[in-house]
Amino acid sequence: MSETVIKCESVYKIFGENAKKMLEDSNGNVDAKTFQERGCIVGVNNASFEVAKGEMLVVMGLSGSGKSTLLRCISRLTNATGGKIFIEGQDLLELNNKELIELRRNKMGMVFQSFALLPHKTVVENIAFPLQIKGTNTEESISRAMEMVKLVGLDGRENYFPRELSGGQQQRVGIARSLAVEPDIWFLDEPFSALDPLIRKEMQDEFLRLQEKLQKTIMFITHDFDEALKLADRIAIMKDGIIEQLDTPANIVLNPATEYVRKFTEEVPREKVLIIEDVMDASSKDNLGDLKVSKDEIIENVAEKILTQEKLVGVVDSNNNIVGSIKPSKIIDTVFGGRKNGS
Amino acid sequence: MEYLKKYPKLSQWLFLLIVFFALCFAIDVPETYKFIRGQAEFVKDPNQSVYFFLGKEVRYYAFDVFWRLPPLLGWLPIWINDSLFFLMNEWMPMEFWNEDTQEFKTRPLLLEISRNLTSFMTFLIELIREILLGGLETIVAFTSWDFIDAYPWLELPGLPWTIVAAGAAILSYKLSGKGLALFAGLTMIYISIFGQWKPSMQTLSFILVAAPLSFIFGLGLGIAAYKSKRVEKALYPILLVMQTMPQYAVLVPALVLFGVGDHAAVIITMVVAVPPMILLTILGLRAIPPEVIEAGRMSGCTNWQLMFKVLIPTARRDILIGVNQVIMVCFSMAVISAFIGAKGLGFNLLLALNQLNIGLALEAGLCISLIAILLDKMSLAWANKQTDYFGNLTFFQRNKNVIFFAASFVIGIILAYVGTFIFKGSFNYLFEIPHNKGISTADFWNKGVDWIFDTFFVYIKAFNTWLIQDVLQPMRALYLRMPAVATLVLAVGAGYLIGGIRSALVVAALTLFIALSPWWDRALVTLYMATFGVVISCLIGFTVGTLCFQNKKSAAFMLGVCDIFQTFPSFVYLIPVMMLFGITDTSVLIAVIVYATIPATRYTIEGLRSVPVGLHEAATMSGVNKFQRLTKIEFPLAFPHMMLGLNQTIVFALFMVIIGAFIGTEDLGQYILKALSDKNGAGIGLTLGICVAFIGLIFDNLIRTWVGKRKKHLGIA
Repeated sequence: MSETVIKCESVYKIFGENAKKMLEDSNGNVDAKTFQERGCIVGVNNASFEVAKGEMLVVMGLSGSGKSTLLRCISRLTNATGGKIFIEGQDLLELNNKELIELRRNKMGMVFQSFALLPHKTVVENIAFPLQIKGTNTEESISRAMEMVKLVGLDGRENYFPRELSGGQQQRVGIARSLAVEPDIWFLDEPFSALDPLIRKEMQDEFLRLQEKLQKTIMFITHDFDEALKLADRIAIMKDGIIEQLDTPANIVLNPATEYVRKFTEEVPREKVLIIEDVMDASSKDNLGDLKVSKDEIIENVAEKILTQEKLVGVVDSNNNIVGSIKPSKIIDTVFGGRKNGS
Repeated sequence: MEYLKKYPKLSQWLFLLIVFFALCFAIDVPETYKFIRGQAEFVKDPNQSVYFFLGKEVRYYAFDVFWRLPPLLGWLPIWINDSLFFLMNEWMPMEFWNEDTQEFKTRPLLLEISRNLTSFMTFLIELIREILLGGLETIVAFTSWDFIDAYPWLELPGLPWTIVAAGAAILSYKLSGKGLALFAGLTMIYISIFGQWKPSMQTLSFILVAAPLSFIFGLGLGIAAYKSKRVEKALYPILLVMQTMPQYAVLVPALVLFGVGDHAAVIITMVVAVPPMILLTILGLRAIPPEVIEAGRMSGCTNWQLMFKVLIPTARRDILIGVNQVIMVCFSMAVISAFIGAKGLGFNLLLALNQLNIGLALEAGLCISLIAILLDKMSLAWANKQTDYFGNLTFFQRNKNVIFFAASFVIGIILAYVGTFIFKGSFNYLFEIPHNKGISTADFWNKGVDWIFDTFFVYIKAFNTWLIQDVLQPMRALYLRMPAVATLVLAVGAGYLIGGIRSALVVAALTLFIALSPWWDRALVTLYMATFGVVISCLIGFTVGTLCFQNKKSAAFMLGVCDIFQTFPSFVYLIPVMMLFGITDTSVLIAVIVYATIPATRYTIEGLRSVPVGLHEAATMSGVNKFQRLTKIEFPLAFPHMMLGLNQTIVFALFMVIIGAFIGTEDLGQYILKALSDKNGAGIGLTLGICVAFIGLIFDNLIRTWVGKRKKHLGIA
């Protein structure tokens, strides 16, 4: 993997008056229940992970699972109670106020669930806001903001006020604003949760298109497992402040680490998530039929083709080298088998 | 019995009442007790007892402790007075440079500060007043009298009334639209034609100084309280007391510190107008969605940028509602400050009332009401106005209001100049119509009042006599008959039953303060008048509110009426009642009832309105009729909000009872009025004000606690 951009080492966030002292006393063994009895609420419990450059980590959890708190610790909107957070090797918690502001002005962008636009500014002024805060002159910041307006497809509406836009449009403004300073790290806190399903799908596709172009390092928060599967390079599933499992979407579906994670994966249509590489047999490369499929294909797209074959189907990589094979019956197993065991 | 089982609290309340009445009957009225009218407290009497505290001598009538507590706090007003005197006249003498005599002079620090502050305020007021009305004080302030003698043309001419009227109309148009512009224009023309221009502009200049200053201080303190819990905790009790303190109780200390006149009034107005600004600033900043703040911080805002570029613009509406409050408080203070010699409409009103010239009073009152409505509507329109995008407009479109004003400025000056030729030798009616030289309808009104008196005197008198003899006096006697101990038990018991130990302690402290002050009897009289007003107001407000609620249009109409009536300074309400009922307690009580009915009605309608539509539909689907829906669903759910209305009603009633002292009642207000003309009145005035505020706060605490619990219970918190 390439260089690490975000690194967390046993991050804790505990709300309450004596949180810090209680955490020290507990020796890293935080039990939510005993803390609650003493008037403290555990938000994030011993989170350790890394995010590599250009990677998209999706943090998934139900409400109250601590996912938003984790994000706010990493953006230092709230101070972590314990642990260490590094942003590009810099110790985030050691930064003074000025350095923190500098970091946010140049390296970080954030999108919010409720859009959080400034009601008194137009679309283009909202997008130019972080630039103007930085001290960029008006002309330059507006022209840069206009570029962003085009990027998110809002041209023609740049002089509207947020109150005159639909939810989807408002979130486009939010996205454009967060990208205006060309940050390396992009935080998205349930950006599409407040939108209705059709718009949400449209925005997800748009988001994937943007990310393909921009290749930011992303932490994306959602409570929607399907959204996580669709977008993520890796998914972290949180429950009660603890990261239950952190893995690629395929691994989470195929090998859920805990009972809690398994429940989420139960209803997931595997053929839509898994790619051929996840289910192929890498050892046998002989006795192949005529059909070859790419290892990166999603199963759903090639299932029909494979199922009509009687022989083994060859799996090839992007250079057309054979890297493994797949039996037609394996497709049936994948689609139906796992789920039968589960339920 | 079943009832008692169903409502366990009921038996506790019954028990409390039984104890209360038992105490009332067990403790006899001491033979020496007769409620002493008027000045009796100041008369030295052989039966008086004396005690000393902190070197102060306190005289009082001693009764059985169960009947009346001794005024153990009697030293407080004296002590406040002496401290103020000491601070002003003896504390920290320092050398100050005196401009006039060109030498150093020794003066106490606070006196010097107060002098400088007052002269600064005087300068500000004069400046604005002279822009509006003309004069030369401002130029003198920068130069000298000799300079003016040498260049007499330097005198500021003042703006012709036509320009001010046009300005008001154009500003209203920009803020709201044609309707308000028309209203503003007509109001200004009315004021001018009826010869109220000068006092109106004096009042306006007062507001133009007091309101911006109050806004700045209020916003600053509000921000400080928002940022620091400690500041908020320190401010909170002051804000609470200031909200229930009758406005004119604070006039008395102002008199001592800053003397008589507009400057003193402006300073004290700020003291009254700042608290609502602070409250609304805190409220507005608190209401900002946390994500907007986070968005600001993630954009890399410094604290300063976050406050002025994100928080304040986002809370714009609440802050501007605060400005509306500030303006309205300033206006009503501008009227009441006539008591300490502020010039303007209030002064004319006070004068007219003192002379019993109802016609003149009515004219001044009408002007006050019109200006109040105008100021209220304009500032509300400003708050509700949303920012517009104007980058794509032409130069003319963007600046049309400025251009219009410039044009009307020129036209106004030309008109005024032409006027000098038309009205040769007499007053230039196109420049400024002098006071009492306009059209006056005073005679007409006076005759009307006389006619009403001649025609209906018998009936009014009969009603008056009946009310006073058969209702008010027995009620007053009943209140005074309560032994202090019984009252304390009742108040504390109610506090305990409603809010537990905490409430009981708060109520006990507040009640004890009043009981230990020298004015317990007066407080009871105040309370009896307020109670009478509140009961009737609630009955009327409740009925009217419920009836109006049946129809959407009438509900909106009624709320509009409440809005308008609420903008009038309380003092104005005394005019019509004096017109009809003369100088009696009845007049005051009717004013109290009219004034206090406003919140009672408003909160009833608002409470009923706040019942969720879903519940309505659910009820209709279960087949209830209109009446059942009202009694079974709407009232129970609206009740907590209506109780908040009761809270407001009590505060309004107290304010009015206190102001009513001007007509001559014998409650706490009478003593405040008396303190105004007393050299040593500052301490008495302040303590009395606190007593009134505490009466309000006792009910405030009980009602709020109850409402909070009830709302939680109903799940509508």
